[in-house]
Amino acid sequence: MEVRVANVRKEFDRFPALHDVSLDIKSGELIALLGPSGSGKTTLLRLIAGLEKPTKGAIYFGEEDASHRTIQERNVGFVFQHYALFRHMTVADNVGFGLKVRPGATRPAAAEIRRRASELLDLVQLSGLEKRYPAQLSGGQRQRVALARAMAIEPKVLLLDEPFGALDAQVRRELRRWLREIHDATGHTTVFVTHDQEEALELADRVVVMSQGRIEQVGTADEVYDTPNSPFVYGFIGESSSLPVKVEDGQLWVADRPIGLSVPDAPNGKAELYFRPHDVELLEECNGCIAGTVVASRRVAGTRRVELEIGGERQRVEIELPIEHPAAQKSRVAFRPRRWKVFLAEG
Amino acid sequence: MAEIIETSSSRARENRASAINESRATRWVLMALAFGFLAIFLLSPLVLVFAEAFKRGIEPYTEALVDRDTVAAIRLTLLVAAISVPLNLVFGVAAAWAIAKFEFKGKAFLITLIDLPFSVSPVISGLVYVLLFGASSVLGPWLKSYGIEILFAVPGIVLATVFVTFPFVARELIPLMQEQGTGDEEAALSLGANGWQAFWYVTLPNIKWGLLYGVLLCNARAMGEFGAVSVVSGHIRGLTNTMPLHVEILYNEYNAVGAFAVASLLAGLALVTLVLKTILEIRFGHAIAGSRGH
Ligand SMILES: Nc1ncnc2c1ncn2[C@@H]1O[C@H](COP(=O)(O)OP(=O)(O)OP(=O)(O)O)[C@@H](O)[C@H]1O
Ligand SMILES: [Mg+2]
Repeated sequence: MEVRVANVRKEFDRFPALHDVSLDIKSGELIALLGPSGSGKTTLLRLIAGLEKPTKGAIYFGEEDASHRTIQERNVGFVFQHYALFRHMTVADNVGFGLKVRPGATRPAAAEIRRRASELLDLVQLSGLEKRYPAQLSGGQRQRVALARAMAIEPKVLLLDEPFGALDAQVRRELRRWLREIHDATGHTTVFVTHDQEEALELADRVVVMSQGRIEQVGTADEVYDTPNSPFVYGFIGESSSLPVKVEDGQLWVADRPIGLSVPDAPNGKAELYFRPHDVELLEECNGCIAGTVVASRRVAGTRRVELEIGGERQRVEIELPIEHPAAQKSRVAFRPRRWKVFLAEG
Repeated sequence: MAEIIETSSSRARENRASAINESRATRWVLMALAFGFLAIFLLSPLVLVFAEAFKRGIEPYTEALVDRDTVAAIRLTLLVAAISVPLNLVFGVAAAWAIAKFEFKGKAFLITLIDLPFSVSPVISGLVYVLLFGASSVLGPWLKSYGIEILFAVPGIVLATVFVTFPFVARELIPLMQEQGTGDEEAALSLGANGWQAFWYVTLPNIKWGLLYGVLLCNARAMGEFGAVSVVSGHIRGLTNTMPLHVEILYNEYNAVGAFAVASLLAGLALVTLVLKTILEIRFGHAIAGSRGH
């Protein structure tokens, strides 16, 4: 099922949680909503589910405007952040709930519901736990029950709010791979919320980067990582360093020196240079480079991170050096970013 | 989860015991004071009630209980409770639901209103109905012209009882439902349940012990209410006397055995309520108090 979010705005008591958000989700796609806390990820997910109504705009399921459809009519599977398992029901009853509450004519017989439930529990590798209560399960097991329960209604769209948020790193990695497998096997259109970029980049076909109620960028993991289209995305996805620069006659300048990077089409004025700390070229002699004094250095796994103080204004940037590089305190290091981007200052 | 809570709270209790280093003697004195107080002010009247009721033996006791007017009073009390408790159950659940699960203006005001009967003297509650439905009111004579008697009749007694008892269920459920939030209901809806199914299969099981607790207290109060009912009842023997009112009448007629026999029933009700309440608290304390782990 294709899902199209068209110019949706959502206000809570006049406070805008989403401004004019548009998003096309292809059928069978696995999409991640990624953003810092409060950026509106849950709100967007709940709008798609029908748990909230948009203040403006519409949400299409396929060709049909679903904005005024109730959550029951939308037939979405929603996995809640804290699972919201029914604690007085067994695992099997939890999974079978969606079938049990169907109206008379479409409701399967009790035996059939039980069979479906244990089939789904097989799929999520929990067979044998049918009779347990949610309180008797581990976090990861609860998570999988919640997913099985959501899939029991054969949803057109599967929505997951921080599905692995409450789990430890080891379990997260396992479940991540497993969710991908399930997605590939069942082919549901799936949207999941996360604020873990590693999770988003590794798992999703496309990543939606959100900030302050807006979508900043939509793209594959490579696209958002290699060609971020805004300072926010540069800063949020992966590590980045930035430095205030000046554009003059198509050249970038730091203080009074050109740094050997050209931007032919940019107008003169202030700008901000972004690059990845590990994606720099170290230079021996400097004609057209960024040079600074090492003020701090720390070992990160197989490399060394140093903080440089640049120029008279003492701007600090971080770059990565090979471990055997002889940089010591106060020594001077010259470099030029290999891949970089400038964003013109506002106004 | 119950186990976790219990162990952690018992651990807390141990810590507290070792942190407070009162001497043994002080502890004994305090405990003796507490128990002594309870014995004098609560236990001894209770014992007295039964002692007085059975003073002349078992026969006068049973005779007093099968007296026509007494039976009528018992029946009326049961009837009033049978009407007002379900009414309050529905009202309490609805009010708690609205307060806990929706955002709306005037919520704080509604909560204050629910507490009103707790803060108003029951006699005033009764007087309100006298003012509303009395002979000099607008409503009373109008209803009377259609043959509907409110005051000094069963409807008035039910109204007064509903009024004084309506905080019990709502008060019990509001914190419980507030803590449980709307997550489970949303999950049920997302799975295709309609509102009624979500309530029946999800909300109700989540609140059932708290609800039972509230109903228990509500029932005890409904059967035992004196002040408000006394004002609106009119004390017509065999017709509008509830058990507490009947006790008073019998006592004023120097019929001690009769008065205490009926009183012993009320006391028995109190004891049963107390036992059930304690069982609920011990067994399902976590599901009643609304704190169900973290
Ligand atoms: N029911 C609500 N009433 C009022 N404001 C709300 C409500 N729900 C969300 N908001 C506000 O909308 C904004 C976006 O919230 P949302 O829950 O979508 O963020 P999020 O991206 O999911 O954050 P997190 O990662 O912390 O879950 C926040 O500023 C939040 O305070
Ligand atoms: Mg959220």
